[in-house]
Amino acid sequence: MALATRTDNGSAVRKPPPKRSFWGSTVGKKVVMAVSGLLMLGYLVAHVMGNLKVFFGPAEFNEYGHWLRTMGAPVLHQEWALWIVRVVLLAAVVAHAVSAYQLSKRDIKARPKKYVHQRKRASYATRTMRWGGIIVALFIVWHILDLTTLTVNENAQPGRPYENVVATFSTWYGNVIYITAMLAIGLHIRHGFWSAAQTLGVGSASRDRALKAIANGLALVLTAGFIAVPVAVMTGVVS
Amino acid sequence: MKLNLRVWRQRGADAPGAMATYEVDNISADMSFLEMLDTLNEELILRGEDPVAFDHDCREGICGACSLVINGDAHGPERTTTCQLHMRSFADGDTIDIEPWRASAFPVIKDLVVDRSAFDRIIQAGGYISAPTGAAPEAHAAPVPKPDADFAFEHAECIGCGACVAACPNGSAMLFTSAKVNHLNVLPQGAPERETRVLDMVATMDAEGFGGCTLTGECATACPKGIPLPSIAAMNRQWLRANRKVRR
Ligand code: HEM
Ligand code: SF4
Ligand code: FES
Repeated sequence: MALATRTDNGSAVRKPPPKRSFWGSTVGKKVVMAVSGLLMLGYLVAHVMGNLKVFFGPAEFNEYGHWLRTMGAPVLHQEWALWIVRVVLLAAVVAHAVSAYQLSKRDIKARPKKYVHQRKRASYATRTMRWGGIIVALFIVWHILDLTTLTVNENAQPGRPYENVVATFSTWYGNVIYITAMLAIGLHIRHGFWSAAQTLGVGSASRDRALKAIANGLALVLTAGFIAVPVAVMTGVVS
Repeated sequence: MKLNLRVWRQRGADAPGAMATYEVDNISADMSFLEMLDTLNEELILRGEDPVAFDHDCREGICGACSLVINGDAHGPERTTTCQLHMRSFADGDTIDIEPWRASAFPVIKDLVVDRSAFDRIIQAGGYISAPTGAAPEAHAAPVPKPDADFAFEHAECIGCGACVAACPNGSAMLFTSAKVNHLNVLPQGAPERETRVLDMVATMDAEGFGGCTLTGECATACPKGIPLPSIAAMNRQWLRANRKVRR
């Protein structure tokens, strides 16, 4: 309730409401973030299942890698389906990162002055969404250079994904980068999945526990599933 | 009780501010927090100093005027308004930090008083119903299912104090706006403006310079009236529905 108001800015004058807009609104940008985030999350679920085929040996894993190129055939030409997936994912990453950047900039501007008396706020996953997101973004670039274009992967051989996975996780830095990023993505999904449900209006008091449980479950299963691969290479289970 | 107070002092909107230290003695545990500040102000006036400016009105937790961040918590350590906070929540010898609400949309006017008229403008954008004036309509003319009535009442409890904004790391007004939107949107009386209400109130909230929601949940923890965090999801649902229904 405003008892005192500024007298210098005409705040008492009733103005027409500002223009309604989807992308111009903080809620709209958040919806874009939620939809693109869920799209990427869906991709990660498929991705982790594919990765776990590494435990069934080089023949099966490489065959799977080959199938990724021919999926959609005979309706689609070689690699068309793969390129569609890549374009959609790229659009999702860009939409997600642009809305995250614009909203973060706005949020920081809306609260320019910190309290003198600070106390710890919110959960770790919630507080690390921005930094975690940046780590994940950098990781995506590294990951593509490492296992798709093979630019930074020494000893890589085109067309032999199994051997390339073993090669990258045979270096200490390959393991450190990968495992750090997977922990970051786990935390990101933990707050992100539940947040997306709120943003899209699915959340409610009665569903809250279930949504939090799904978020934690997804985060845990995805992180453990992804990390299983470098651990297996390090321990010699996969070689 | 004897207390050390560190209070934000700022002579005017454009003046620089700083924390100033005061000592108050003979504070009874039964005093309210605002009575404790009254005691300080009486002493300051006797000493010929400028008393500390702070907002207050009803002093019974219903008007939403009082607004202090006490030791980093909006409305202090208990889940109530500052006027209903009592000194028994503190111990003899404590140091207490007292700061104004912090948000770009709530600029400081003086000391601990901030301008919350941005909330009034959000209300003006849609926090009303179009009803014919005259005698009150017959109460049973518009039946309201009990769960809807409860939902509306829960949200009608918002007193517009702004603690949600003060507690939010993004200075977001989503909890306040959702309380107002949900209160009216669930009722048949609010139905004619159901879509324009949520669209215009959210647009005004953004235009006033509040931040976006990152679902941190600090707002619902600070709210003295217990407006719950899922209220924001309920408003998002209304907003998405309105976007589908209303062509701009
Ligand atoms: C390009 C790298 C990324 C950046 C910079 C980034 C950044 C962010 C930020 C800042 C938020 C908002 C957090 C908040 O509201 O507190 C967010 C939310 C979210 N992120 Fe990401 N993220 C990235 C990648 C990903 C990936 C790969 C996924 C897929 C698992 C993902 C899924 C989500 C989801 C589901 C949300 C919730 C959306 C919502 O709050 O409604 N993000 N992201
Ligand atoms: S939602 Fe709660 S904290 Fe926010 S203005 Fe209303 S009563 Fe105050
Ligand atoms: S003074 Fe009215 S609610 Fe505190």
